[in-house]
Amino acid sequence: MFVIDFLRGWLPVFTGIRFRAVYLALGGGVASQVPGQVPCSATSTQNLNGYDEGYASGVYVNGRDIVELLSGGEMIAKALEDEGVEFLFGYPGGAVLHIYDALFKTSKVPHVLVRHEQAATHAADGYARATGKPGVVLVTSGPGATNAITGIATAYMDSIPMVVLSGQVATHLIGEDAFQETDMVGISRPIVKHSFMVRHAQDIPAIIRKAFHIATTGRPGPVVIDIPKDCTRPDAKFEYHYPETVKLRSYTPAQRGHTGQIRKAAKLLLSAKRPIIYAGGGVILGESSDLLTTLARQLNYPVTNTLMGLGAYPATDRQFLGMLGMHGFYEANMAMHHSDVILAVGARFDDRVTNTVSRFCPGAKIIHIDIDPTSISKTVAADIPIVGPVQSVLQDLLETIGALQEKDAQQPDAAALGRWWEQIEEWRGKHGLWTGRRYGHSDQIMPQQVIESLYRATGGDAYVTSDVGQHQMFAAQYYKFDKPRRWINSGGLGTMGFGLPSAMGVKLAFPDMEVACVTGEGSIQMNIQELSTCKQYNTPIKIINLRNNALGMVKQWQDMQYEGRYAMSTYEDSLPDFIKLVEAYGHVGMQVTRLEDLDKCMEEAFAMKDRLVFLDIWVDPMEHVYPMHIAPNGAMKDMWLSKNERT
Amino acid sequence: MRRIISILLENEPGALSRVIGLFSQRGYNIETLNVAPTEDVTLSRLTLTTTGDDKTMEQITKQLNKLLDVVKLVDLSEGAHIERDLMLIKVRATGVVRDEIKRTTDIFRGQIVDVGPNTYTIQLTGTGEKLDSFVAAMAEADILEVVRSGVAGISRGEKVLRL
Ligand SMILES: Cc1cc2nc3c(=O)[nH]c(=O)nc-3n(C[C@H](O)[C@H](O)[C@H](O)COP(=O)(O)OP(=O)(O)OC[C@H]3O[C@@H](n4cnc5c(N)ncnc54)[C@H](O)[C@@H]3O)c2cc1C
Ligand SMILES: Cc1ncc(C[n+]2csc(CCOP(=O)(O)OP(=O)(O)O)c2C)c(N)n1
Ligand SMILES: [Mg+2]
Repeated sequence: MFVIDFLRGWLPVFTGIRFRAVYLALGGGVASQVPGQVPCSATSTQNLNGYDEGYASGVYVNGRDIVELLSGGEMIAKALEDEGVEFLFGYPGGAVLHIYDALFKTSKVPHVLVRHEQAATHAADGYARATGKPGVVLVTSGPGATNAITGIATAYMDSIPMVVLSGQVATHLIGEDAFQETDMVGISRPIVKHSFMVRHAQDIPAIIRKAFHIATTGRPGPVVIDIPKDCTRPDAKFEYHYPETVKLRSYTPAQRGHTGQIRKAAKLLLSAKRPIIYAGGGVILGESSDLLTTLARQLNYPVTNTLMGLGAYPATDRQFLGMLGMHGFYEANMAMHHSDVILAVGARFDDRVTNTVSRFCPGAKIIHIDIDPTSISKTVAADIPIVGPVQSVLQDLLETIGALQEKDAQQPDAAALGRWWEQIEEWRGKHGLWTGRRYGHSDQIMPQQVIESLYRATGGDAYVTSDVGQHQMFAAQYYKFDKPRRWINSGGLGTMGFGLPSAMGVKLAFPDMEVACVTGEGSIQMNIQELSTCKQYNTPIKIINLRNNALGMVKQWQDMQYEGRYAMSTYEDSLPDFIKLVEAYGHVGMQVTRLEDLDKCMEEAFAMKDRLVFLDIWVDPMEHVYPMHIAPNGAMKDMWLSKNERT
Repeated sequence: MRRIISILLENEPGALSRVIGLFSQRGYNIETLNVAPTEDVTLSRLTLTTTGDDKTMEQITKQLNKLLDVVKLVDLSEGAHIERDLMLIKVRATGVVRDEIKRTTDIFRGQIVDVGPNTYTIQLTGTGEKLDSFVAAMAEADILEVVRSGVAGISRGEKVLRL
């Protein structure tokens, strides 16, 4: 091509800076063709009117702005930087090699190479839960994308902000069952907040901006961007502008709650005789723990948290009744069932909480604050629905209550509240996990004791991630989280394999904080390969393996509902020697089998600041998690309290 | 209860699959579905009919509104509205029934839009109910094909669904 040859000789004169006039002249006479209005699929033999090869690098001046010319891959690298991304978790492959090359050459965003794409999503997820910032993932097409699915679903169920960039085969190959082609937008559709398929490379900055906006605002969630390989090719360059604002006409999350509804809620709350505040993950996602605490203290109302809400209200506070739900505290479930007013904040009445919906809290009027209208009256009907972000709604609610108390001298019914607290204390004293009922003792280490030991060793101030099973419930029940974002677990999807990679993400975000992963020998094996990633990036987390030699949670259900028929819940003699295994990965392993060694080993492990330590702690394999809701047809108040005791 | 939901949808690839996927994912029914572009090239208009109790309907409209591709939505069955379904029906039309079919078509104000030596293709518009009764009236005839557009609907009077 004549034009290109001409330009090649000419470029150095301008040391990489070109003028728009020249640029347009290059359009081969198609002046209306603005730079980049070219489908991704155009190949160099079709020649993009000359400028794909002509503009191999550099910056040009457009009026007064200096505009960078970047390839699709470079735009991705640059946009992530402009978005303030701190870590990119990913795994390379054919479809994303242009992107990786651009990252290699230009990016200041550190990339963490995991050992399995599922771990990339969990690590990004852990990072997001701990920091409140979106987690970012980059995977290749086909198997890379499908491997990421479990992690995307995990983030979706718990409303975690995440942006997943997946490679896709080149545009002209889509639909041909090309090598490593999979319909990622289709496969991920039910588990994303939204998704994009890049069609034109020049749309990349705007799409990335939108994706981050959508992932982090309103009810957060994962967003997938599927990027065909040709849209990232290094030889097609485009003007790069990172948009400052996003306009999406059909996306306007509520900013404030309805004043009238808030007023009604305030009045109902003040008239309550047996109130309870039921706070969930939305309080943490909405950064409103302080406001919630202020409200609860001002009213002296009891608070319970969901599994996702732990840390939203300080667990060591007297007004905290513990977790509610299937494995919730006796006092929390009893108080819920007998309440007359429930203030539900950022909680979604999950079936692990409500037990049988038709028997749920029969005497209670329900105020429900949630940013997502679909969460309200989905399972349990709300009497006073308030759609809005917890932060502004709680702020408005506090002011309204304050005004009612002052102007209209409306006060909570102190006598009724006194009786209510008396009742709660009685429940707490009778079967409360921390004050009344204790776990049974055997000559073996009890799993609950391990969590208490962990709590002591970390001063109650660690980030604790968890896998899924009995160990997760013990951690939720016995580690008293006083701060939000410290308890990091997969609640909605219940993903075994979440614990180790998410701990990695947390540790990268907070290298100076203690990060513990509470796991079981079943779960840890679902992503154990990440021990290698921990080695590469030096993430000295502490892995607390509650070793019961079984898929304990499954076994518990088999004990309770299948007369102890342990169908596929034990491994016979096939477990690896975990100590040797972690040592092979270059880490430290410790086995603990006697109660008297527990605290000492725990402290020793945490004293090794710069080493990953795997504590293989042998616990009583017959222990069950209690309380446990009685199902089917049970209400909140119906619980097993131990193997032979029920309400 | 039967509802008619009318949606302004982003005219984007993948938008329709999100709407339909939502229904299958959450176990809602779609009875009829009709989509076509509008005068605004960025928007499609979608009308769907579904059934469910009030609680389900509330969830359906909330879930639909949550989709980023859904720009605006109205439940037409909440107010006065017009609904139309278009049917093309091909019947065997030979011998004595040929006249009978023509008469019935006239009674229903349908049109015969294609005439073959042995077949008629009849076009009929109206509410779903009207089309159902026409099909019932054709029971004697040999129905070869039935094609229906699904309900398209619009509010009566001043009420409009637009940006
Ligand atoms: C083995 C196992 C056992 C379990 N047992 C229990 C149990 O005993 N008890 C229990 O509680 N859970 C339990 N779970 C977890 C359960 O499955 C659910 O994940 C959990 O109950 C949901 O918590 P949540 O209601 O706080 O909602 P989340 O999933 O945290 O959802 C948050 C809600 O807040 C809203 N929201 C988000 N941001 C904002 C904002 N800024 N403003 C307002 N609203 C916002 C969202 O729209 C959403 O409705 C268990 C899970 C497993 C795996
Ligand atoms: C990926 C995945 N598969 C299966 C399950 C079902 N499940 C829930 S708990 C559990 C057992 C977990 O065993 P382990 O990690 O040893 O924990 P424990 O219950 O023994 O403490 C299983 C199989 C799940 N939650 N996630
Ligand atoms: Mg186990």
